[in-house]
Amino acid sequence: MIKTDILIIGAGPVGLFTVFEAGLLKLRCHLIDALPIPGGQLAEIYPKKPIYDIPGYPSVLAGELITNLEEQIAPFQPTYTLGERAETIKKLDDGSFVVTTNKGTEHHAPVVAIAGGLGSFEPRKPPIKEIVDYEDKGVEYIIREPNFYKDKKIIIAGGGDSALDWSIFLTSIAKEVTLVHRRTEFRGALDSVEKVKELVKKGKINLLTESEVVEIHGQDKVESVTIKHTQEGNKTLEVDHFIPLFGLSPKLGPIANWGLEIEKNAIVVDNATDYSTNIPGIFAIGDVNTYPGKLKLILCGFHEATIMVQSAYKIINPDAKKLVMKYTTVSGITGFDGVKKEQQKAVTTKI
Amino acid sequence: MKENTIKVTITDREGKTHKLDAPTDMNMNVMELVRAYELAPEGTIGICGGMAMCASCQCYVETPELELPEMSMEEEDMLDQAFYVKENSRLGCQIYLKDELDGLKVELAPESEISE
Ligand SMILES: Cc1cc2nc3c(=O)[nH]c(=O)nc-3n(C[C@H](O)[C@H](O)[C@H](O)COP(=O)(O)OP(=O)(O)OC[C@H]3O[C@@H](n4cnc5c(N)ncnc54)[C@H](O)[C@@H]3O)c2cc1C
Ligand code: FES
Repeated sequence: MIKTDILIIGAGPVGLFTVFEAGLLKLRCHLIDALPIPGGQLAEIYPKKPIYDIPGYPSVLAGELITNLEEQIAPFQPTYTLGERAETIKKLDDGSFVVTTNKGTEHHAPVVAIAGGLGSFEPRKPPIKEIVDYEDKGVEYIIREPNFYKDKKIIIAGGGDSALDWSIFLTSIAKEVTLVHRRTEFRGALDSVEKVKELVKKGKINLLTESEVVEIHGQDKVESVTIKHTQEGNKTLEVDHFIPLFGLSPKLGPIANWGLEIEKNAIVVDNATDYSTNIPGIFAIGDVNTYPGKLKLILCGFHEATIMVQSAYKIINPDAKKLVMKYTTVSGITGFDGVKKEQQKAVTTKI
Repeated sequence: MKENTIKVTITDREGKTHKLDAPTDMNMNVMELVRAYELAPEGTIGICGGMAMCASCQCYVETPELELPEMSMEEEDMLDQAFYVKENSRLGCQIYLKDELDGLKVELAPESEISE
């Protein structure tokens, strides 16, 4: 079981910054995220877009802001459970919590900070009626283990980077790779598009454009799919796996069933004090919470995290003396490795 | 038509039709109008904030007589990735409310399903 002081659900900008503010109070943090990398919406939706309203940065790329946050929190040595979704929460008799992910990883902490944004990012399903019946029986929305497709006939659907990249990658593993896309153009990186073209020429990728998978067939698992071509009509292809790669979308998901007060897909918090929820010991910060006048901005999430850790400290250290807020310019910061970062002392020379 | 407002009719995902007063002096788009009138639950529309990057605001335009802004490459690309796309599909976030669009009628496309 992973043990920590503050268990943060969501490694978006707000979850990441919480590590810094908690670190200043000598509290350790562990983060869980459904995505395989930290960064939340900034990493998943708009890594290459500039942001203009981060104080002190006239402009910063979303991806760069995340890299900077990671650097800023590095002294506080956060640990991560990535690519897993926080699924259930259990309150123990001593008031602490055990949070278990969809893969069974257990985490124990006296304080849980939900920084889940709009929810965990989950794959989007194409609207094929019978698709749910074949999930994990030949239909996969995420490629976890490429070797799983060794010597298999696979169909990848989609026109973005992941459809292109996986089609390229799996040509060296699978028996047959077919890429199905609705248009003749692709949205992916030019380099990947060129590579796919080359592999099509060499007969390694079977490319079907202006086409869509419309039906799935098979007894207990996927055996074939029907593909609709805009002009040529329908044809059926024998396959072992159908992998639709149409990007990810956020969904509040299991957190909605944790007994927290929810309003319009967000967790109600007490913004007059510390962003606590209706369950003592659980806080909600960033895009995931709501209160009168709430604004879903990175800046506001950073503020909420800063306030929240003060209350978290009191829960974790009930007998400690009153906390006094210190400026980092004055006190510097000492990471958990004992290395202190502070401003250089002025050198004075006697005359 | 009141000054700086037009009438826009939106059919929500439950099939209910709403006749709305839409401001034309706020640089607002159809996605934002839907959000302002709370015609779709939070988190189901406007996920990318109106950058033609999520298709959660896809709608079917039912007034072909009104001249809409031309589709940008980004909008075309995004609609190409989206589901339930029809001939008259557009991204609501790319349709800005202007006087010329008085009487605009759109229907919201179904929400894409998310895997569990
Ligand atoms: C296109 C676009 C442009 C934007 N531009 C700006 C801007 O210019 N300025 C600004 O301030 N804001 C902007 N925003 C808003 C900003 O991105 C959000 O306010 C910010 O990302 C919120 O951060 P967060 O950490 O609360 O949540 P998120 O960034 O949403 O991160 C939440 C994380 O939690 C994870 N998660 C959720 N539930 C679970 C679970 N059960 N288990 C595991 N993981 C879970 C998710 O996978 C996600 O990674 C923009 C948003 C978009 C989409
Ligand atoms: S809001 Fe994302 S595409 Fe329109």
